[in-house]
Amino acid sequence: MLAWTWTRAAAAYPVSFTLMVGFGLMMAAVDLAVILVVFANTTALAGFTRAEVLFLYGAANIAFSVADMCVGNLDKISQHIKAGTLDTMLLKPAPAWLQAAVDRFTPSRFGRVLQSVIVLVTALAALDIPWQRAWMVPVMIATAGVIFASLWTLAGAAQFVLTDAPEVVNAFTYGSGQLTQYPFSVYGRDLVRGVTYVLPLAFVNWQPGLYVLGKDDPFGTPEALRFLGPVAALLLALLAALAWRQGIRRYRSTGS
Amino acid sequence: MWAAAAGAFTNSVFGILRAYVLIALWQAKPGLAGYDVLDAVTFCFVTQAFIGPMQLFGGGLTIPERIRTGDIALDLVRPASLQAWALSEDLGRAAYLFLVRGLPPMIIGALVFGVVVPSGAGRWAAFAASFALGVLVSFAWRYLIALSVCWLADDRGVVTVSMVLTTFFSGMMLPLPIFPGLLGDVAATLPWAAMAQLPADVYLGRAGFADAVPFQALWAVALLALGALGTRAIRHKVVIQGG
Repeated sequence: MLAWTWTRAAAAYPVSFTLMVGFGLMMAAVDLAVILVVFANTTALAGFTRAEVLFLYGAANIAFSVADMCVGNLDKISQHIKAGTLDTMLLKPAPAWLQAAVDRFTPSRFGRVLQSVIVLVTALAALDIPWQRAWMVPVMIATAGVIFASLWTLAGAAQFVLTDAPEVVNAFTYGSGQLTQYPFSVYGRDLVRGVTYVLPLAFVNWQPGLYVLGKDDPFGTPEALRFLGPVAALLLALLAALAWRQGIRRYRSTGS
Repeated sequence: MWAAAAGAFTNSVFGILRAYVLIALWQAKPGLAGYDVLDAVTFCFVTQAFIGPMQLFGGGLTIPERIRTGDIALDLVRPASLQAWALSEDLGRAAYLFLVRGLPPMIIGALVFGVVVPSGAGRWAAFAASFALGVLVSFAWRYLIALSVCWLADDRGVVTVSMVLTTFFSGMMLPLPIFPGLLGDVAATLPWAAMAQLPADVYLGRAGFADAVPFQALWAVALLALGALGTRAIRHKVVIQGG
């Protein structure tokens, strides 16, 4: 309902709203343009064709941009702490997490969602994936959404400690978005190990994507890992919920 | 201080991620556009190091805020030129950010992948000149964007367009010489090439003093002149309300 209020507020200025969606599309287009320029120079990047990379990019980016639109404002929690608005949120009879997530909900970020959907549909049309494996596509997008939302929650929770340097969490949230734009075969073995077993970013689009594309993992992980995404996402979500609770518990208002 | 450290950290993380993509591309096409793999990695970290001092994502100037609050009226009656005053403020900020946000990504790049380090005082001097001009062109561009608030009540649109143009056409995302066909030819002549692409090429020794500096100086003069015209225009535009 809070989100709807912000949407109505934004829609009160339809021209401005349309423009903002358009600008969101434009900003997202830069990442896409980079991929297209790369593939104007080569036909394969680390063993993946243009359509395959666009599929991985589209799938991850739908989840990333939806998470950014819905809970991306969690990383502004340090501003709420400094301004004292967090106290107000804690007093209201709705979860603080929900209030912080939808505060200043910006539907204009919808432009980015739209762009990723277009890219994914185009890539899927070019790839011709058999329906026996295509069922994984919605599963992986939902899994990825949970993973990104958990990351933002963790980022918000971390700011209870890091009120002085809130930007440091951007490296994790936006960095994860950047990381999952490309097949993990471009990255170093140790980095991929880290984002498989420590921070489960490999389950955003890499492991399930390999299954959809019918490819073997160049790093040689077992086949079973392709289907473990939902489990990993659930574990991360639990961890994020715990961290958030700890953050709220640690919080001491300065009073007024 | 902590904010700058966080910025340097973020720039370094993105530098590493971008470097891997460039490495994969240069492994597929060795020697593409005359860069070898080490050059490409260096290019990536040098341009990441430019983000802070050149404010490649836009902003850094207080003028839009001052136009909105009305403080700009006071600034315009001061006996110093608004443009020169904003420039001196921006240069100071750039010098500070060069140290705290420019050096860390370079050091991390050197530790993780290894980077090219220019040899000889001549190349360092050429780089220093080219870098300084890059900051100047960047300032001149951002000054124009900041002044635009005076005519457009809402500056978010211009700011977004500027950010898209700057990140893409400065070479920060990918080196401009690998842009295909006409796009590459056009990109090389635009002012954004003077911001990241040319100083990075001078750093790598791919472009000499004479290739980069006159081009950059030309754009700096052109954009600063436009900025001066803009300053004169807002003098007539500003109506001081209240008493």
